[in-house]
Amino acid sequence: MSSNSVLSLFKSSIGKKVIMALTGLFLSIFLVVHVSGNFQLFKTDSGLSFNQYSVLMTTNPFIKTISYLLYITIVLHAIRGIMLVLENKKARPVSYAMYDGKANSKWASRNMGLLGTVILFFIVIHLNDFWYQYKFGHIPFTMYKTELTTGKLVEVKEMEAGFKMGSKMEEMIVGDHKYVIVKDLYKEVKDEFKEWWMVLIYVVSMAAVSFHLYHGFKSSFQSLGLNHRKYNGLIQSIGTWVFAIIIPASFAAMPLYFFINR
Amino acid sequence: MNITLKVWKQRNKDERGRFETYQVQDVSEDMSFLEMFDVLNERLINEGKDPVAFDHDCREGICGACSMYINGRPHGPLQGVTTCQLHMRSFKDGETIVVEPWRSAAFPVIKDLAVDRSSFDRIMAAGGFVSVNTGNAQDANSILIPKDDADKAFEAAACIGCGACVAACKNSSAMLFVSAKVSQLSLLPQGKAERHERVMKMVAQMDEEGFGNCTNTGACEAECPKEISIENIARMNREYLSAKIS
Repeated sequence: MSSNSVLSLFKSSIGKKVIMALTGLFLSIFLVVHVSGNFQLFKTDSGLSFNQYSVLMTTNPFIKTISYLLYITIVLHAIRGIMLVLENKKARPVSYAMYDGKANSKWASRNMGLLGTVILFFIVIHLNDFWYQYKFGHIPFTMYKTELTTGKLVEVKEMEAGFKMGSKMEEMIVGDHKYVIVKDLYKEVKDEFKEWWMVLIYVVSMAAVSFHLYHGFKSSFQSLGLNHRKYNGLIQSIGTWVFAIIIPASFAAMPLYFFINR
Repeated sequence: MNITLKVWKQRNKDERGRFETYQVQDVSEDMSFLEMFDVLNERLINEGKDPVAFDHDCREGICGACSMYINGRPHGPLQGVTTCQLHMRSFKDGETIVVEPWRSAAFPVIKDLAVDRSSFDRIMAAGGFVSVNTGNAQDANSILIPKDDADKAFEAAACIGCGACVAACKNSSAMLFVSAKVSQLSLLPQGKAERHERVMKMVAQMDEEGFGNCTNTGACEAECPKEISIENIARMNREYLSAKIS
């Protein structure tokens, strides 16, 4: 590979930051989608729409492709990030006896590695709790009976423990009623957050996400060379309000909601 | 005023180094930080002891030679000021002041507080110049330069290459220095001709010297005695990306 090729870019210090920025922005966009979909957890339909949404998210070929891209992005962002931390440590073999970081920079900006590590552990726990259980665990099926004319939910019945189906969801119309039998991820979510310590793990992790994105979102624009007086304020506001406050707070509200209503 | 100094003493780059504590009495608050060190060194020499080695030259804040990491910050507590322009009135009577050299793998300690910053020179030698023959001075109106560009180039050119950005950065990154040099040249017509080649060569040399990666903490900008903006880093990132892609 010649030193001027496009790929050689990613071996340079600037290229490494570009990888962090692009993967980070992609993950940020994912969070917007994820939080929007999860708002259905707050619906009072015993989880029908959330469960239908879960089926869509795990069967639609386009969404499935994006989710594989997402897994690769998480791994890439984490590995590149860990390597950056190690390289940066090597660049200062003898550390300062007295170091006043808060005099010149924000705490979040100096602790992206630590925050990222917390988030990585969280992702492992989170995927094991829901993604793994949904795919490989024994999640029960629930039947929802709704009136066709009014759309009113008239009956919710959990299927017996041994019940199996070829697909994640079956819908049928009998007379005036629509029957939906679907894998009940909603119940899994509900059960998960009965434990206070599980709720605590989620809330603390969302605090880490908040600080990580407070620095990360605007920082990715700087890494990509997008620093302009006209737009810096807007980028900073979106980073703070949307990514450091609204999204993590919305996510944190979900386990708290289930814990309070347990 | 009386001061207790905890100063880093290290015989050469291979020795481990340690802190040495000195009491400095009757310090005038009008002395500069370096003059206070002169007083200490004179006393040490008279006592037959090894004086504290430190870099200094112009002592008027424009050469970039002085380089002391004072109480956890490069060039001490003030903003936009080099160590030589820092005065003892910025400290309290009886205060203990911790003084360390710039710490970076790319800035090995020569002795005590003096570090070898020739890695900066090698980055400049890699591309921090204009090699096109500019010929005789033209009429000023024949090359029009927007005021905004001229101002930005001038601000970047204010960099004195002291290395405080590297010292302040938690990753020992040299991005602010290199970006200031890249910017001052690529913003002006004479420098534009070689902009792509220059940025690639200078960044390659920067990486080779063992500086860390930029994580956009902004510490460099906050501690720079010439208040160089990290806008320059974004400009360098842009220049570099377009150079690599095109």
